[in-house]
Amino acid sequence: MSVKLSTMFKVLAVAGVTTLAGAAFAGEVEVLHWWTSGGEAKSVAELKKMLQAKGHTWKDFAVAGGGGDNAMTVLKSRVVSGNPPAAAQIKGPAIQEWAAEGGVADISAVAKANNWDKVLPPVVASQMKYKGKYVAAPVNVHRVNWLWINKAALDKVGAKAPANWDEFFKLADKFKAAGIIPVAHGGQDWQDFTTFEAVVLGVGGAKFYNQALVKLDQTALKSPTMLKALQTFKKIHTYTDKGAPGRDWNLATAMVIQGKAGMQIMGDWAKGEFQAAGKKPGSDFVCAATPGSANAYTYNVDSFVMFQQKDPANAKAQADLAASILSPEFQQVFNLNKGSIPVRTDAKMDAFDDCAKQSNKDFLATAKNGGLQPSIAHGMAVSPAAAGAIKDAVSNFWNTDSVTPQQAQAQIAQAAMTK
Amino acid sequence: MAKSTRFILYTVLLIAALFYLLPMYVMLTTSVKTMDEIRNGSLLAFPTGISLEAWGKAWDSACTGIQCSGLKPFFWNSVKIVVPAVILSTMLGAINGYVLTKWKFKGSDIIFSMMLFGVFMPLQVVLLPMSQTLGWMGLTESVWGLVTVHVLMGIASTTLFFRNYYVSIPDELVKAATLDGAGFFRIFWRIILPLSTPIIMVTFIWQFTNIWNDFLFGVVFSGSDSKPITVGLNNLVNTSTGVKEYNVDMAAAIIAGLPTMFIYFVAGKYFVRGLTAGAVKG
Amino acid sequence: MATQEHSVGQKRFDQWLPKLVVAPSFILSLIFIYGFIIWNGYLSFSTSRMLPNYEWAGMVQYESLWQNARWWVAIKNLGIFGVLFIGIGTMLGLFLAILLDQKIRVEGALRSIYLYPMALSFIVTGTAWKWILNPSFGLEHLVQSWGFPNYTFDWLVNPEKAIYTVVIAGVWQSSGFVMALFLAGLRGIDDSIIKAAQVDGASLPRIYWRIIIPSLRPVFFSTIMILAHLAIKSFDLVMALTNRGPGYSTDMPASFMYTMAFERGQLGVGAASSTMMLAMLAAIVVPYLYSELRGYKKNG
Repeated sequence: MSVKLSTMFKVLAVAGVTTLAGAAFAGEVEVLHWWTSGGEAKSVAELKKMLQAKGHTWKDFAVAGGGGDNAMTVLKSRVVSGNPPAAAQIKGPAIQEWAAEGGVADISAVAKANNWDKVLPPVVASQMKYKGKYVAAPVNVHRVNWLWINKAALDKVGAKAPANWDEFFKLADKFKAAGIIPVAHGGQDWQDFTTFEAVVLGVGGAKFYNQALVKLDQTALKSPTMLKALQTFKKIHTYTDKGAPGRDWNLATAMVIQGKAGMQIMGDWAKGEFQAAGKKPGSDFVCAATPGSANAYTYNVDSFVMFQQKDPANAKAQADLAASILSPEFQQVFNLNKGSIPVRTDAKMDAFDDCAKQSNKDFLATAKNGGLQPSIAHGMAVSPAAAGAIKDAVSNFWNTDSVTPQQAQAQIAQAAMTK
Repeated sequence: MAKSTRFILYTVLLIAALFYLLPMYVMLTTSVKTMDEIRNGSLLAFPTGISLEAWGKAWDSACTGIQCSGLKPFFWNSVKIVVPAVILSTMLGAINGYVLTKWKFKGSDIIFSMMLFGVFMPLQVVLLPMSQTLGWMGLTESVWGLVTVHVLMGIASTTLFFRNYYVSIPDELVKAATLDGAGFFRIFWRIILPLSTPIIMVTFIWQFTNIWNDFLFGVVFSGSDSKPITVGLNNLVNTSTGVKEYNVDMAAAIIAGLPTMFIYFVAGKYFVRGLTAGAVKG
Repeated sequence: MATQEHSVGQKRFDQWLPKLVVAPSFILSLIFIYGFIIWNGYLSFSTSRMLPNYEWAGMVQYESLWQNARWWVAIKNLGIFGVLFIGIGTMLGLFLAILLDQKIRVEGALRSIYLYPMALSFIVTGTAWKWILNPSFGLEHLVQSWGFPNYTFDWLVNPEKAIYTVVIAGVWQSSGFVMALFLAGLRGIDDSIIKAAQVDGASLPRIYWRIIIPSLRPVFFSTIMILAHLAIKSFDLVMALTNRGPGYSTDMPASFMYTMAFERGQLGVGAASSTMMLAMLAAIVVPYLYSELRGYKKNG
């Protein structure tokens, strides 16, 4: 699409929002997403209902797999064929990369009408913007730095949730002595990476995490703190079982549920597995921030990027979609189903469980004190190219005993320079 | 052959059969277990009871996106894509093979060998340029776009099959018919096609399997309401952060594979026969 | 006179008709195949990241490709996988075909059992294999519970060995098809040759080794071609079974290309890797085509 044409469509899209707002314009939105399983799908269905109530049609384009990798493949080919969907699930710095390619819609008018700048934490809001204009709407917040512990196992060894990595390994030793696999781990590269990120956050603190894994600062990456984090990370490996590599995260969670394993480092979606098995937070399992990260919070925010629509009615539907996503009602229903928390800082948490309440409290607190950091393992912190290269190095270190922490550190620093 | 040799022969064949059946055993037993049994028991253990709930769910109520109607709608989409694509690519392959063996012209060999490279093209390479092309042709997001892609990507293999088969049909047959005044199409219909049943079966099975099981093209080139069954299966099986139901996954996988397995079982005999008749000649 | 003119016209028409009939599909597939190869080749020299762009970048993408440790792993894996997959697949297929050709009573059923893996999408049979090969609850666990506590089978989770599990699954999937090819080849052999050899007093294994297997040369050739191209294209197998892990120890060129071009926004590197793949393919296919043509000239 030529520049002139695209700006013309942009004007049209904005015009659609401002002048036609309120008019009964029935449009169609095609939404590309990767939420296909029971709870997730039901959550998105709420959004569809809200749009239908406004008279629009929802065209569902769901493509699961690889945490959105398949969906991204589809999106690329749709954009190349000149036929992008109205909204696509894209998150983190990838939003900026897509916006830079052109063709995304400016939804600042919707954002302004609904006070997004006020209700969203600034870190999140800035990721939704490209050159100061909103191009995406955030849906939810997942906390990644959670440690899940089987309560019965914890009681059996007479311990409490570890507050730092020394306590973590002490607890792990106790589990081992009691014949329980200390750490349930799923050895897929993103899970290795999730563990790594939690260790860096716990060992170095939020500020160091930001320097090393968000800004990709070479001095931080080559610092002794990073080396210590890598040594700690590799030490965790010795507490996992042999069957870990390739295991799905939910099977690892199942090990904790059954008490075969003591604990797991995983984002808050793991809660859904506990609940599906009829377990209650507090009495059956414990959710705690990963060691040393009580005052920090790595977030994984899902969001929808809007693409320019040629038909003004569809642009109107798109604007309504964006507004609905951040409406308090949808935020509540969706996140109750999904296990995450609302992205709005003014959300009411009464209906949520204790883990979600804790998550929300920490979210608000860390948003103020700088502890709120984007998760690199979940594509929130750096470009997909750099994140992928670092993930390769981290996962290779985790799985290969012949790689020393020093070598791994050099490889990670090298990978961080991937453009 | 001595009795003991026969005995060893059958034993070896049976052990091999067990090797091939092992994953099917895992899939079948898992599909009739309840989720509690899967969570708590050994994944390879024999089921304690048989529950067909997962099968029902996989067919018409599992979520594959916002709608939760199982594989049913995808199944029919696949049929709509596979039937025309298989018929068209087989027909084109037959006529191409016929021309390449019985109506050779200057350069036909070169063109054929250039085309053969298409059999070996990695699919990932094709994705982006193909979407660009379909965009130009206005065929994105439709069953016909997908049919076009499958036919185009299939011509090379079908032509190869038919050409290798027709090479073994004596040229004298065609020459005699020409002398009798029969034309190009008449010879094809009256003489060549009636001899082609085995190779048509081979091509049919080959194309059907490939197109039915294709995921990459199906997911990229289909629209929201023309997605084939592999996309449905993928959505059903791959959840990012949701709860996994392995019994439904396995039942869905078997359902998705039923048509191809059915064809293999029914037409397997023709497959070997067709291959015997010439397709394997180098 | 008129009739003669007619027949000349008819003849000319008959000469053109075949060309006319095949022209559309030939031209289209040539445009698609070679057009796409050129397009892809161009992208590999461009600065493309998320989406294709056409800004010239020289050899940058190739440099970063060959500097990437992961690409070397992918190439090495293709080597290991290719040799074992083709070798074992061919041997096993031939072996089963010979056994099945001994007038087996339940041949139909057995043949279907050997063939069915080809009919299933690997998206889910991959999961089944993952469970079987997993040491915690698969085969290792099972055998240990039978009273062999020292039995280990942990290839799937060992970065050094994981590629061999991909070979096992690959052989499982394709060897039945190879069996069908060989069975067809065996059925095509004239029985009288075997009978004559038997009359001469040759033993059955000897007949197979000296007469039958050598006469299956063309089948070997087709089989190896088919398996080789499956090996280079192998994608589903890796994605479903190991998802390229542990780490990236089971990555292969096709999955590498997908990772770079579609997951990571490094389309240029992806394009460079597919150019390399195409070059590898050409190295295998061109000799094949050459022999195809020679064989054709002989036959035709």
